[in-house]
Amino acid sequence: MTGIITYGAYIPRYRIRLEEIARVWGDNAQDIIGGLGVREKSLPDLDEDTATIAVEAARFALARRTVDPAEIGAVYVGSESHPYAVKPTACTVGEAIGATPVMTAADYEFACKAGTAGIQTCMGLVGAGMVRYGLAIGADVAQGAPSDALEYTAAAGGAAFLIGADDPIATIHRTVSFTTDTPDFWRREGQNYPRHGGRFTGDPGYFKHVQGAARLMFEQTGKSPKDYDYAVFHQPNAKFPQRVAEMLGFTPEQIRPGLVVPTLGNTYSGASMIGLAATLDIAKPGDRIFVTSFGSGAGSDSFDIEVTDAIESEAFKREGAPTVRQLLANPIYVDYAVYARHKGKIVMQ
Amino acid sequence: MSVPRFWRKIRQRYNLEGTRCTSCGRTFYPPRSFCPDCRRAGETVPFRFRGRGEIVTFTVIRTASDAFAQQTPFVLAIIQLEEGPRVTGQVVLEDVSEARIGMRVRPVFRRIGTEGESGVIYYGTKYVPDVPYPDA
Repeated sequence: MTGIITYGAYIPRYRIRLEEIARVWGDNAQDIIGGLGVREKSLPDLDEDTATIAVEAARFALARRTVDPAEIGAVYVGSESHPYAVKPTACTVGEAIGATPVMTAADYEFACKAGTAGIQTCMGLVGAGMVRYGLAIGADVAQGAPSDALEYTAAAGGAAFLIGADDPIATIHRTVSFTTDTPDFWRREGQNYPRHGGRFTGDPGYFKHVQGAARLMFEQTGKSPKDYDYAVFHQPNAKFPQRVAEMLGFTPEQIRPGLVVPTLGNTYSGASMIGLAATLDIAKPGDRIFVTSFGSGAGSDSFDIEVTDAIESEAFKREGAPTVRQLLANPIYVDYAVYARHKGKIVMQ
Repeated sequence: MSVPRFWRKIRQRYNLEGTRCTSCGRTFYPPRSFCPDCRRAGETVPFRFRGRGEIVTFTVIRTASDAFAQQTPFVLAIIQLEEGPRVTGQVVLEDVSEARIGMRVRPVFRRIGTEGESGVIYYGTKYVPDVPYPDA
């Protein structure tokens, strides 16, 4: 059955504390930190972008398991911060892992769920027998306009999942999606920063779609939250996933391993995928994982995943690449001026 | 750097692809199609370097050309690869004073440069200290 062959995550080392952003804009730091449940967020190095993050995540995935890159027949990179408007990030990734030229590739964009859309596409291609392996990546160097509410959480990072049917470390039993046309968040062509509908982003956006996809999965599988060991939800802040988990009937313990947003921020297309990677970092054979992403615009993808014995087999070396917790450890903290330089917010001559 | 010049070397820049002599085992980066030791008795085949190595010598660039001016100060080093050749590359360090001869390094995929705001983006290999990830 189709599932996850291997996975890898990548997070740049740089962090900025939310207190520092609040200091610059004269906001009350404790109100913001308390409201979001986020203390700090990642940012890229001067020479890092979505393509470099995607490549590092993909290489970490391949460091965990020996796979002939030539057998990877599809590469999809989901992001809302692709380096080029026209020229696929997926081609750069394919070249950098040695998967070119016999492969299909495309960049996806669906706000924060473009990466999980890539997993679904790879599942389809593998299931249909069109490719042996497909690589789905969610990565972002997320944009937030100076002083905008998004600036407190827009972070950098990504995760890569190799999808196939040969002895997966986790079987994906089913995936379902829930999608509508909802203007909760957008960025027009040529604009540097996205805009959002403020409070509109909550109930009509995140909660409607995450619950829509999750309940659809429960209906189709006959399962309920108590059938799962872990759950991962899109995490634009810490409050939303905690609240939706409670609404659906999941416990705080079920979402704890995958809730990385408090010290990472919102990595957009990488967010739910890094949460899944963090959960797989500690998962044991037989564990059942429920995943629901969310992308503004808006839609959610749910996945019913079961970890197999292969995760502890000789073929898979979990220690072959850093865990998400290791990637979050030992950060380099910067002030707002250095952050602005790294994010290209300073207009140069 | 012109677009064709970059494009021709993508495999070498992204994946440290060089060559290896099947007769004597000597490795070459940049790739050579002819082994100077074995000459006609040798045959060279593509060889992908893992890229781990140590700094042989380095300099700190504080005044760079326009294309690299935004990255100063940065460390440019000659690196002895475990697999044979020496390569020149940028070592990414938060504090350039940490650079040391003998420092172990490993390759990472980074932006090397861009042709202005609208031109092509050049990706390639840089190096970071080869230290274990901390226990979480």
